[in-house]
Formats: sequence, structure tokens, C-alpha cells
Amino acid sequence: MPLLEVKNIKKNFGKTEVLKGISFSLSEGEVISIIGSSGSGKTTLLRCLNFLETPDKGTISVNDEVLFDGENIKNLKENKIRENRLHFGLVFQSFNLFPQYNVLDNVTLAPKLLKKGTNEEIENNARALIEKVGLLEKIDSYPCQLSGGQQQRVAIARALAMNPDILCFDEPTSALDPELTGEVLRVIKGLKESGSTMIVVTHEMEFAKNVSDKIIFMADGVIEEMGTPEQIFENPQSEKTRHFLQNSLEKL
Amino acid sequence: MFWEVVINLFENFLVTLELFALTLLFALPLGLIISFGSMSRFKPLSFLVKVFVWVIRGTPLMLQLILFYFGPGLLVTVAEQANYNNFFIDFMRDLNMADPLVTAVIAFSINYACYFSEIFRGGIQGVPKGQQEAGEVLGLTKTQIFFKVTLLQMIKRIVPPMSNEIITLVKDTSLARTITVYEIIWSAQDYIRNDGLLWPLFFTGVYFLAFSGILTLLFNYIEKKLSYFKV
Ligand SMILES: Nc1ncnc2c1ncn2[C@@H]1O[C@H](COP(=O)(O)OP(=O)(O)OP(=O)(O)O)[C@@H](O)[C@H]1O
Ligand SMILES: [Mg+2]
Repeated sequence: MPLLEVKNIKKNFGKTEVLKGISFSLSEGEVISIIGSSGSGKTTLLRCLNFLETPDKGTISVNDEVLFDGENIKNLKENKIRENRLHFGLVFQSFNLFPQYNVLDNVTLAPKLLKKGTNEEIENNARALIEKVGLLEKIDSYPCQLSGGQQQRVAIARALAMNPDILCFDEPTSALDPELTGEVLRVIKGLKESGSTMIVVTHEMEFAKNVSDKIIFMADGVIEEMGTPEQIFENPQSEKTRHFLQNSLEKL
Repeated sequence: MFWEVVINLFENFLVTLELFALTLLFALPLGLIISFGSMSRFKPLSFLVKVFVWVIRGTPLMLQLILFYFGPGLLVTVAEQANYNNFFIDFMRDLNMADPLVTAVIAFSINYACYFSEIFRGGIQGVPKGQQEAGEVLGLTKTQIFFKVTLLQMIKRIVPPMSNEIITLVKDTSLARTITVYEIIWSAQDYIRNDGLLWPLFFTGVYFLAFSGILTLLFNYIEKKLSYFKV
């Protein structure tokens, strides 16, 4: 039984159809990478999963519970949306840490406000997560005192602190200097080894190849091709996929 | 004679301070309301508010003072000739009879509220959308996001331009003299007329300097308190 089941998600912005019917599923512990050219709708898909955008059609289910059904959008109350969000975590391209809080407080803010345990439990858990992303010595630092790579690792710890079922990453290394991408990708790889279920939008083809169980190639709002890394990278079926991979190899 | 002048000037500087304090008291909340109006998604409202702000910021405060000083009297005269009366005319009649300090507070408050509203708007809209969204994906409520995430960032953005504006207000209070508010500048001018003394007028500068100096220190302190993070 898949952990996440996305069926026929459609999303328009005004007259532009950005997602034209996206369906896929994800089992517990699996990692999916989403690749595709700029404007193909990757960010929009992640934003729909995190309920930052409301899809126009389709369903999203986690553990067989239907979280979203495009047929009755009107019944979707604010509280229900917030509950739904707790199944997902999102790591942004631009980190979006809270600048006025130090590393520890960034990680503990949401669990404390949402009373996810005693303060002591929350802080111990946060320490463990901060250690996991390798930043224990920066625990009292403020975001402005951290490098981009360090900020992104804090953002990962912050997302993990709410213990989401599925953690989504939107190009987590795109805003980083090339020499800083490695530290973030290693953390994500470490999460896979400890069994996290993840969806990663990325332009890092090597990383996608090595870490993913499944690759989704998106083009113009549809899933053009989906398969194992071997299928997609060694033996792509679609002309568009071949073309895209060709281009991204040339850039290297 | 020297100390007598100093003390007398100080007493009239209190009027200046009163105008300053009352203007802040009314203009800060009013400015916040105006900024919400200008950010309203209801287009006709935001348009009207923006036009109002444009008119107030685009004309001299001196002119607005004079309008508020003579306007009510004119309106009342016209209304009486037309034998017309309503609560608004009554209010204008009261205003016409009121202490000019009241008129000055009203004109200053409206004027400064418009400047403040732009500062509030900049501070509110300046917080990146990503901050709100980061709070949302963590499952926080709108209220939690406002108080725990965005508010302090807004304050940090608002303090520097607000301190500029408030220090300008200290000096602008002297404009109230044009509508016969007997504040420090006017009382100093009386020394020219009555005693042929020029120095008291220049001595008023000491009071303005001292007060704006204190405010500068205060705002520097606040800015320093907020300097541990960057937005
Ligand atoms: N809020 C919005 N309003 C209108 N159009 C939008 C909005 N958000 C995204 N779009 C449009 O939707 C399309 C898909 O955008 P999206 O950001 O999902 O692409 P992407 O695959 O993430 O691209 P990139 O690789 O550049 O991040 C684009 O054409 C974009 O202009
Ligand atoms: Mg994107």
C-alpha cells in the first residue's frame, strides 16, 4: 500500500494550465526525484502537496486517508488544511529560516507552538536533529551568521522537527555556491539511509541517479516519463526526456 | 534675565512637546489603519486611500494647518447663511471655537498618519512571502505566524524610517505657530518685539537639539537591540 497517492492533480493560474493531471504514488521509505526544465510545474506540484496552493482537480491521499479532493474544495476548512500540512514537510530553495531566532529556536518554534511534547522533549529532539545535520556547534548562531549550506541544513532540521510523513525539497541546492551543495546533498542522502520518505525536485542529475528509487521527468505540466534511475538515465523512452538529459549533460 | 528667558522658553517648549506627543498618540494608530486601507484587496477603498495619502503628502503641512484653522469658520458661516445645520456643522463650530492647539493636533495627526502609513506599508509588505509560507508548511496558525514570525521583522524594518519621521516631527511642530499656537518659537519672537532681544529666538534651537538628541539616542538604542538579526 503506497504511503502517498496523488491522482490527476490539475492546477491553473488564470488561463495558464500549469499542472495538467499529475498522478504518482510513493511508498514508505522511498525517494522520488523530480526533474524537468524550468517552468514545467515542479515547484507548483510541491506547493500543492504542501497546501500552499489549492489544486483545481484531483486527489491527494496519505495512508489511504483522502486529504484533498478537488470535488469538494469548498469544505476545506483552514484547520483541516493545517492538519493536512502536518503530513508533509517542505524545504525551500531559499531556506526561509526565521532570521530573529537562533538555530535551536528555529527548529523548536513550531513544535513548541503546536505543543508536540514537553519543552524538554522538544529541545532534546531538536538537538538530535541539529546533530544529524552536523551543526551542533552552531546551535546558538543566528541565520545571518551561517553560510547558505548551513542555513539549508538548519531548514532541513526544522522541517524534520515536525516529524512529517513525507519531506519535500524544492531545489535545495540551487541557491548555493557549488562548493556548498555537497554538504546539503549528503544530509539528504543520510536521511534516505535512515528511512525518510522524500520527494526531491533537483537539477543535480548525479544526485538524482544515486539517491532516488524513482525518477519523474516533468515537461509542460505533465509527467512525461517515470521510472527507475536506470530506466530514465540509461534508456529514456521519450524524445523530450532524451533532449532534456542531453542538455543537462552539456551544461556540465 | 538670562535664566528668566530660559525658563519662560522652557514653559512654552512644553506646548511644543504636548503637540508632539499628542500627534504621535493619534497618528501612529491612524497611520496603521490607513496602511491597512491602502493594502486592502477591495480596490475602490485602496484607491481612495492612496489618493488621500497622495494629497496629504503632496501639499505643504503649512497649507493644511491653515485649511484646518480657517476652514471650519468658513463652513459655519456659509451654513448659517443657508440656514443649514447638522452634526457636522456643529462639530465645525466647536472646532472653530477650540484652542488652536486642538486644530494643530488634528492637522498634524492626519498629516503624519499619512507618512506613517507608508512606513507601515513598507514594513509589512517588505517581509518576504517565504517567511509566511515557512510558517504555514510547519502547520502554524495565521495568528502564530503574525506574532511569532513576521511582527518583529516588520518592527525592525519600520524603526529606522520611523525614527527619521519622528525627528522631523519635532521640528515641524514650530509650524503650529502660523495658526497662533503659542509655542516656543512664538514666545521667543515676543522677545524681539517687546524687549528687542534676538538671542532667545536662536536659543530655542538648543531645546530642539536637546530633544531630538534624546530621541536619536533612544532610536539608536532600539535599533541596536534589534541588530542581532538581519532581515
Ligand atoms: N502564483 C503564480 N501565478 C501565476 N503563474 C504562476 C504562479 N506560480 C507559477 N506560475 C507559472 O507556472 C509555471 C510553472 O511554474 P513552476 O514554478 O511550478 O515551475 P518549475 O518547474 O518549478 O520551474 P523552475 O525549474 O524554474 O523552478 C510557470 O510558467 C510559472 O510562470
Ligand atoms: Mg521551481
